[in-house]
Amino acid sequence: MNLELLLEPLQYDFMTRALLVSALVGTVCAVLSCFVILKGWSLMGDAVSHAVLPGVVISYLLGLPFVIGAFAFGLLSVSAIGFIQSRSRVKEDTVIGVVFTALFALGLVMISKISSEVHLSHILFGDVLGIGDSELWQTVIAGAIALIVTLLLRKDLLLYVFDPTHARSIGLNTGVLNYVLLTMLALTIVTALQTVGVILVVAMLITPGATAYLLTDKFSKMLWIAVACGILSAVIGTYGSYFLDGATGACIVLVQSILFVLAFIFAPKHGQIARRRQQMAERADELGEGGPPTAPRPVLTRVRTSSKGQASD
Amino acid sequence: MSQNTVIALDVKDVSVAYGGGRLSLRQANLEVRGGSVCGLVGMNGAGKSTLFKTVMGFLPPLRGTVQVFGQPVIRAQKAGLIAYVPQSEDVDWNFPVSVREVVMMGRQGKMNWLRRPNAVDHTMVDESLERVGMNAFAERQIGELSGGQRKRAFLARALAQDGRLLLLDEPFGGVDVGTSEAIINLMGELRREGRAMLVSTHDLGTLETFCDEVALIADRTVLLYGPTAEVLTAENLAATFGGRSPLHAPAAKKLEARP
Repeated sequence: MNLELLLEPLQYDFMTRALLVSALVGTVCAVLSCFVILKGWSLMGDAVSHAVLPGVVISYLLGLPFVIGAFAFGLLSVSAIGFIQSRSRVKEDTVIGVVFTALFALGLVMISKISSEVHLSHILFGDVLGIGDSELWQTVIAGAIALIVTLLLRKDLLLYVFDPTHARSIGLNTGVLNYVLLTMLALTIVTALQTVGVILVVAMLITPGATAYLLTDKFSKMLWIAVACGILSAVIGTYGSYFLDGATGACIVLVQSILFVLAFIFAPKHGQIARRRQQMAERADELGEGGPPTAPRPVLTRVRTSSKGQASD
Repeated sequence: MSQNTVIALDVKDVSVAYGGGRLSLRQANLEVRGGSVCGLVGMNGAGKSTLFKTVMGFLPPLRGTVQVFGQPVIRAQKAGLIAYVPQSEDVDWNFPVSVREVVMMGRQGKMNWLRRPNAVDHTMVDESLERVGMNAFAERQIGELSGGQRKRAFLARALAQDGRLLLLDEPFGGVDVGTSEAIINLMGELRREGRAMLVSTHDLGTLETFCDEVALIADRTVLLYGPTAEVLTAENLAATFGGRSPLHAPAAKKLEARP
């Protein structure tokens, strides 16, 4: 290995910036992902991320910061989904599918009317290596808000995700918690847009949490593991994309997927190997193979006075 | 118990409808005093769960009022007066929380806004685990428990909450004899502490062992409520269960049950 070649990317200002931004994005997304996968909102994440597209285009047209338009359309899609679902017999996943494809299509039409191909790929696939000052600050501010709010409210959000009935029964406002979580989801997606783009954002919002979920049975640990996965893949992905000359978002997502596969196979308790080993051990135990014989089997005798022993009535 | 005249739950003339149209509860009345256990009995779909949801404030009454210790439901909930033990099938058992963490969730409403447990919270959780005999399982992930243990864990959460009115939805559903006896003993203790309980159950046979009062639910309303022995007559039960009392079955059937 040539050390100089490995250190080369760090000489460039744009690379260190890109590394820091993607590490931040990796962190925010990882924290949210723990809630998203436990709540079963993967499709919702996909929906919101696609639905922000027209918002980004409108911001571009009006010269506004892109986060504002994106965030507005994120919230709009969430409300539209909630509204249609509560007023029709159509199932939730169907409503989500209808709403987000509609908004995504609207965004595509707008792009085709107003701007060149460069912008299209920029929004769809992200471009963290070319991040400008304004986008950098928007990303940092939106990410910081999402991170701080989610972490401060994590206990109530967790309780809401785990057992909404109980949350409600102790006087928590579950309607508000639901919208807080959705809003943070939208904000996180907005944060990640510049790094991985509309299409792959959802991976950032699912994979770190899913990997962590395979590795632990404690939520506090799950948060840390997810964040570690998020940062690690953001850094490795961004770094790797320097040598591949592009596709930073895709590289990050690829690293995340590899981490997931590793956890899927090697996780100490829920991994494939561990499960297989446990099955074998249980079977061997039952069959009385391997190891010293366990306690002698008790000899069953017929019990005659079954009603005598306990007089509980 | 008779000296205890605090009215824990007061359901007055309550009618409820989901969405619109047909009523799911019609002019129901029910009163549960402090330090007493009220059994809720009726066929599936008669309105038991609607009554529960109404008492929990999940369904707003169209008419009538629900009061818990003289307060509206929402205020009573915020004050932590109502503890609810759900039918245990409602949660995701693969969720990454331990038994201790679930029990701690009972304390959450009483913590400050950062939700950091203090010494009292930890003591309450330990005591609650002790009372249901779940100390040894405190650090287990909830999915690693048996059916009875799951029930106990959720009971412990309600105990930790230290509510004065406990709502138990089918506490004997899918548990073994040991757990069901433990639950009955526990209800006795809670009753002596002056707490009130509303317990829905399908197990008519054990009603007399733990209920002071029974409410019969049929056709979307409370048919009748009162002292257990007075309410549980063949006639009343027949009216509740559509013609024949499951408790007062023909004699031949009773003989079969015990060899």
